[in-house]
Amino acid sequence: MSILVDNDTRVVVQGITGGEGKFHTGQMLEYGTNVVAGAVPGRGGQEVEGVPVYDTVHKAVREQDANASVIFVPPAFAADAIFEALDSPVDLAVAITEGVPQQDMAKVYRKLSETDTHLIGPNCPGLITPGEAKLGILPGNIFADGNVGLVSRSGTLTYQVVDNLTQRGIGQTTAVGIGGDPIIGTDFIDALELFENDSETEAVVMCGEIGGEDEEEAAAFIGEHMDTPVAGFIAGRTAPPGKRMGHAGAIVSGSGTGTAQSKIDALNDAGVPVGDTPNEVADHIETFI
Amino acid sequence: MKLHEYQAKGVFADAGIPVPDSQLASTVDDAVEAAGEIGYPVAIKAQVQVGGRGKAGGIKLVDDAEEAREAADEILGMDLKGLHVDRVLVEAAVDFTDELYVGVTMDRTEGKPVAMVSTRGGVNIEEVAEEAPDAIVREHIDPAFGMHPYQARKAVFDAGVDRTVANDVASILTQLYQLWDDKDATDIEVNPLMVTSDDEVIAADAVMNIDEDALFRQPDLAEMEEEAASDELEAKANEYGFDYVRLSGNVGIIGNGAGLVMTTLDLVDYYGGEPANFLDIGGGAKAERVTNALDMVFSDENVDSVVFNIFGGITRGDEVAKGINEALEQFDEIPKKVVVRLAGTNAEEGMEILNTDLVTVEGTLEDAVQRAVSYAEEEQ
Repeated sequence: MSILVDNDTRVVVQGITGGEGKFHTGQMLEYGTNVVAGAVPGRGGQEVEGVPVYDTVHKAVREQDANASVIFVPPAFAADAIFEALDSPVDLAVAITEGVPQQDMAKVYRKLSETDTHLIGPNCPGLITPGEAKLGILPGNIFADGNVGLVSRSGTLTYQVVDNLTQRGIGQTTAVGIGGDPIIGTDFIDALELFENDSETEAVVMCGEIGGEDEEEAAAFIGEHMDTPVAGFIAGRTAPPGKRMGHAGAIVSGSGTGTAQSKIDALNDAGVPVGDTPNEVADHIETFI
Repeated sequence: MKLHEYQAKGVFADAGIPVPDSQLASTVDDAVEAAGEIGYPVAIKAQVQVGGRGKAGGIKLVDDAEEAREAADEILGMDLKGLHVDRVLVEAAVDFTDELYVGVTMDRTEGKPVAMVSTRGGVNIEEVAEEAPDAIVREHIDPAFGMHPYQARKAVFDAGVDRTVANDVASILTQLYQLWDDKDATDIEVNPLMVTSDDEVIAADAVMNIDEDALFRQPDLAEMEEEAASDELEAKANEYGFDYVRLSGNVGIIGNGAGLVMTTLDLVDYYGGEPANFLDIGGGAKAERVTNALDMVFSDENVDSVVFNIFGGITRGDEVAKGINEALEQFDEIPKKVVVRLAGTNAEEGMEILNTDLVTVEGTLEDAVQRAVSYAEEEQ
């Protein structure tokens, strides 16, 4: 089992003719993902990596029966691309694009409340069900099929933790990179709930970072609603207050909320052990399974 | 991107929000002349991006030319919390009876903007938020519809703003939301919004933060983006387009992806070292970007060793390795020891290209960090 994506997921790639879109379509196909269409306005009728391209997502969905979209569209057009995916509609939209303006995302988030689509991202690496499908830019070779779910706000940190798991023979059901921006679609709680309801996920890794209060809220959710054990990691323990550390969301306010310590405390209070290093997270997971 | 007070007030004035008469000055003579034109009393305010300017001596109220000269002379050239003051705003002093707080910001938890009003302006509003959260009235706004005028009135009346000025304050709040929306702001705050003895309402301060990701559609604001005079290295990082934060330690850190770079910092600390910086080369970096990153970290004289931690996804290991080689081959003697850890997309290809005579290679994150920490210790 898995969450959100599997062998039956039929993918349309928005922005398939761009450099990244083309490269990662190739990578997704190589991994075995069922990429059935591309969508780029004005490029209908072309082919990329053997995949037919349509002018609109609507047409790609209609003609190829696509039910998921991966978005590699420049920031200025990303919100419009997400709206198009929501309207087509697809069950799952994955926005890889980094640097989408906050106000655009506020409007997307508003629209999302009226749809049944799961949006992952933006500014995220995507998600993968090892051995079945990957939607996004994650390096497929580090993942292994197994029983641990993973949800993370940071792309490269996801890779690091997965590497620590796979190296010692712990595979994953699905790994989801939800993105580090202040406003995102699927959040920790959404993903944790999906993992809780997945019969094959025996334990979950949650990787968070400084900024915002999503981890604290997720900790409360875990304490109240989850039987599946969770281990955590929080990046940014050494970040100085007031500085923006890369991710738009990764900033510690001066007032003590959103710090690594407040997140670690909240998780510990919910019974979630937090590793000091990515390797320690794998140690905790090992005790769960 | 944070606007200076004078810039934010310029934006306010263009939008029809009342602000005091003011002029910008960069010399003492200009400041005194401006004060004379505006008419005493005036406030002389340092234009630097720090909070608590008043307490730190960066704002002075003066009653005549002699005092103005003294104050301008003192403030211009002063060092305010590490920032050099090279401009002051000379501004008409407002005779006020009340100080309010109004603001619009993004509530990231709700994913929507929120307007805020409080009658407890003129003080540190963060403290008010902690001590008496009910003293700040919050009204969430649906970004699909924008702020309805009734929402502004509701917030203002609920906050207990005096009814003689309530409609004017509500109108200013509506204008602020419009600005927030039009200018891609992430925060707009007016503290204090002063009520004068003639029952006029005037923005005596102005804070405006703009979403850097939206500058492509805000050409006027992009022009206002000045080099952060705080740090030469941070200015260089802006030029190269890196996310960079300078820290106080001696282990230089370069990586891809904010979460992984932060984790690398945390591990340097965990293994007993001190991070010198946060530097994220971002996704999909090509060789030149890698060269620039090394140039940045080598430019920091506090750095004794460097750990280069790449886990490729969209970034490709071979491109990174090429960049490291190109950067290091320029030196007869490499200034600091560099430890490299490459994993993920095209890491194997990268390891084949990487000139291991120039760098130390480690296979895991933990080993790479420990090695860099021990190199830094040897240099001490």
